[in-house]
Amino acid sequence: MELITIILSGILIGSAVYMMLSKSVLRIIIGTALLSHGVHLMLLTMGQLKRGNIPVLDEEVSNYSDPLPQALILTAIVIAFALTAYILVLALRSYRELGTDDVEQMKGVPHDD
Amino acid sequence: MTTNILPLLPIMIPFFAGIIMLFTGQRPLVHRVIATISSLLIIISAIWLVVLVHRNGTIATFLGDWAPPFGISVVIDMAAALLLLTTAIITLFTVIYSFQSIGVEREKFYYYVMVMFMISGVNGAFSTGDIFNMFVFFEVFLLASYVLITLGGTKIQLQEGFKYILVNMISSNFFVLALAYLYSVTGSLNMADIHTKLEGFEGDYSIMSLLAVVFLFVFATKAGVFPLYFWLPGSYYAPPMPVLVLFGALLTKVGIYAIARTYSLFFIDNVEFTHQMLLLLALATIIMGSIGALSYADMKRIIIYNILIAVGIILVGVAMMDKAGMLGAFYYLIHDMIIKAALFMLVGFLIYRTGETNAERLGGLIKIHPITGWMFFIAALSLAGVPPLPGFYGKLFIVQSTFANDNYIAGILVLISSLVVLYSVIRIFISAFWGEDMDFSRLKPVKSDKLLFASIAMVIVSVAFGLAADALYPMFEMAAQSFYDPASYSNYLPEVE
Repeated sequence: MELITIILSGILIGSAVYMMLSKSVLRIIIGTALLSHGVHLMLLTMGQLKRGNIPVLDEEVSNYSDPLPQALILTAIVIAFALTAYILVLALRSYRELGTDDVEQMKGVPHDD
Repeated sequence: MTTNILPLLPIMIPFFAGIIMLFTGQRPLVHRVIATISSLLIIISAIWLVVLVHRNGTIATFLGDWAPPFGISVVIDMAAALLLLTTAIITLFTVIYSFQSIGVEREKFYYYVMVMFMISGVNGAFSTGDIFNMFVFFEVFLLASYVLITLGGTKIQLQEGFKYILVNMISSNFFVLALAYLYSVTGSLNMADIHTKLEGFEGDYSIMSLLAVVFLFVFATKAGVFPLYFWLPGSYYAPPMPVLVLFGALLTKVGIYAIARTYSLFFIDNVEFTHQMLLLLALATIIMGSIGALSYADMKRIIIYNILIAVGIILVGVAMMDKAGMLGAFYYLIHDMIIKAALFMLVGFLIYRTGETNAERLGGLIKIHPITGWMFFIAALSLAGVPPLPGFYGKLFIVQSTFANDNYIAGILVLISSLVVLYSVIRIFISAFWGEDMDFSRLKPVKSDKLLFASIAMVIVSVAFGLAADALYPMFEMAAQSFYDPASYSNYLPEVE
């Protein structure tokens, strides 16, 4: 089970890299979103994937799930969500101001007119 | 038992100040007052912390009273306390500097709120004892810095801000990935606990070397280490001066602090590989920074490349990881935060007064701004490390440590870089303050008393820091100890059977 999710997260990260290497701003943003999904999946896998065990460390319970990675993922997802929202708004604004969504043309020191 | 709230104050004061400012609406004057008062409060709490830590040793607070290593702990050792104090001083003077330089429009749109949120995140990253919590605080100050870099919405800010955000988002994702690996290897997130576990572990450490590379990738991107500094000169050029003061003085230094913490606590076994890698990258950073600083005539660019040189020098000390090296690195870290803020402020004053960023188009300014001119001269000497100014002691210890470890090339490069730094900054001084008079009628009639007050105060802080080096030595010894002797950092953990 772990192996499948690791391969899946590898595919996600690979496609994220492909998307981020393109020139369009929107594709790059989708790429970062995919990258964060791949990374979160990896984080989930690190706590071992098990079914039906309670996440409580007790003296009687010998077999328990690790709740920590899930708590971490929740935090990381919220952060990634906020960042994606912000960068999407910024992409819209910079498209209106700069008149391009091609990163090749976003260089040098543009002057305000 | 109630939670000891004192170590949390430097995080909570700016956070609540920011929220209160949000509720007061778009009133620049109210925001100014709240920002100044809260920075003063942070300074007071930071001084209190320094005194307490100096007297009793490391202070730790366990949030929600969960015993470590299970809960989140906020751990303030001497290093964190001194960094908090320096951050607080820089914040106060930058806020005062912003009054006359950032512009009412930006002030209206919650500039001070974002500054306070950023300081909250920076302080949190300095004082947390939990590696995932450090990631969260990194995101807190990065998110605030994304707003600060694009606030105002000029073309260059949007263009460079987009790149800045993109680079930092990617490296943050790798931070999460590195944490996932670290958690699966060690089963803990408390930094002190990870250190004790790794120290007692007999076995194959090779995955830790892999982790060292991932962590270095993450923090080197934030700190601007070769070859991942490529975003830094472009992005730092975009925002207005007060924002640049905060970024240049604080943000890269948080990355360096994180490198020093992780490399002293986690990567203790395969030192030949991890620390040698760090040393090589640090030297390459110094060289690239020197080339950049020499090749521009633009004042902003010159000092931006000087950030890179300083990052390299500090990391040389960190890579040595012995007493002298860490002492020097830590001393130079604090020194560089103060002096970079002072220099950026002085250069910012020149830019606001003349409307030029190219030093070669200025000249003869010493006739109308004699005090500013000589302050700039002192700041330049201090940056290069002329005794008795503070840059000297840091470099002395670092060079001493490189020679003691037979890394002669590293020591010599650090020394040569001081000459480059001196030359690049003195060149600004000579062409802007001496030389043929520029057309003084082109000067802008800006109100500048608060600009000058803040920048001169920062220079005085720097000089005082150098003159008091002897008195401060025991504190720096304590601060460096938690790096070169990481077991002393882990002491606050309760004994485990």
